[in-house]
Amino acid sequence: MSGKKNTNSACRSMLYMPGNNPGMLQHAAVFGADSVLFDLEDAVSEREKDAARRLVSHFVKDVDFGKVIVTVRINGADTPYFERDLKEIVPSRPAAVRVPKCHSPEDVTRADELMSEIERANNMPLGSVKIHAMLETAHGIEHAYDIAVSSPRIEALTLGGQDLTADLGVQKTRGGVEFLYARGRIVMAAKAAGLSAFDTVWTDLNDIEGLKNEAALAVQIGFTGKAAVHPSQVDAIHEAYRPDTKELRRAFRIVAGAEAAEREGKGVISVDGRMVDGPIVTRAFNLINLASLYGIEKEDDLT
Amino acid sequence: MIIKKAQAGSLESSDCLVTVEPADAYSMSYSGQNEAIFKRRTERIALEVAERLSASARVSIQDQGAIEVTLRARIETAFERAMGDGGVRV
Repeated sequence: MSGKKNTNSACRSMLYMPGNNPGMLQHAAVFGADSVLFDLEDAVSEREKDAARRLVSHFVKDVDFGKVIVTVRINGADTPYFERDLKEIVPSRPAAVRVPKCHSPEDVTRADELMSEIERANNMPLGSVKIHAMLETAHGIEHAYDIAVSSPRIEALTLGGQDLTADLGVQKTRGGVEFLYARGRIVMAAKAAGLSAFDTVWTDLNDIEGLKNEAALAVQIGFTGKAAVHPSQVDAIHEAYRPDTKELRRAFRIVAGAEAAEREGKGVISVDGRMVDGPIVTRAFNLINLASLYGIEKEDDLT
Repeated sequence: MIIKKAQAGSLESSDCLVTVEPADAYSMSYSGQNEAIFKRRTERIALEVAERLSASARVSIQDQGAIEVTLRARIETAFERAMGDGGVRV
């Protein structure tokens, strides 16, 4: 695993919120999501784009959302709002902007260059606002790795399932077989580039079982997080990321073993009679970090 | 310069509806459930935006419990819309 990813600020869930709805925005921090995604794109009608942009920019700039990571989905490079969105949103300093409809590396480099100009003009550290590149076309998926490495600002690749079904001419199914390739491709490209990978949304609010299955799949495939369209979906996503108790017990033993080995100056350790090397220790540490999000700090906390 | 009547916001809870119209001199009217608490805050923010733009306008605000950032954003948007495409950014 690359060291580029920030393991301290876990981002299991990203909760979409309509950008022109102050009642929702002002409660963004209370839903328990690791991050919120203020939407200026699909959730906002054409005639309210200016109002939503201004509202979101003020909220991001002036409201304290505590530990919640704040990101903003802007309108795509193929719209008349793209530049204006960046000009107003970047100076308000969100953690990242989600750039929709990334077809090719050029879409990202264009956003990157504009963002650098804006950061310079506002005396902000260069590269401080990250990009989450949203892939939602066949072309974008096929260029996933090139997009992933197209800018040092890119922190994550994300799958946009709704648009992708349209581009592929397929139906969204409950099992999601139509996205298997896209999911695998995005995770592989993201991990190869040392980035996070975020899964698409589950849109049927009444089907929590369906969401649970899809979130479990996302975790298995290697997605680091999943977007939510409603606060009621956050818990199911977090549950999917909850570490397995047996695995976690082993992780605590591995870390204890590794620490003992370091004290004694030994390079290689064995836990439960098996050899344990560097990557396994790293994975154990990551699992323990993740467990702390569920209130588990030590082995005794496990029931 | 204010060239036309424009509105921003809504009458949804936690929002406000701001109307800006051309006028010879600045004036403001406020209506909302918590007038006693929020009227002065709202007047201050609206005046601040109008002064920044040197805009004389008739401003009316129907407040549905908007917090300060919302109020500010809606007032700015209403002014920008009222200034038309040639207007400056607030």
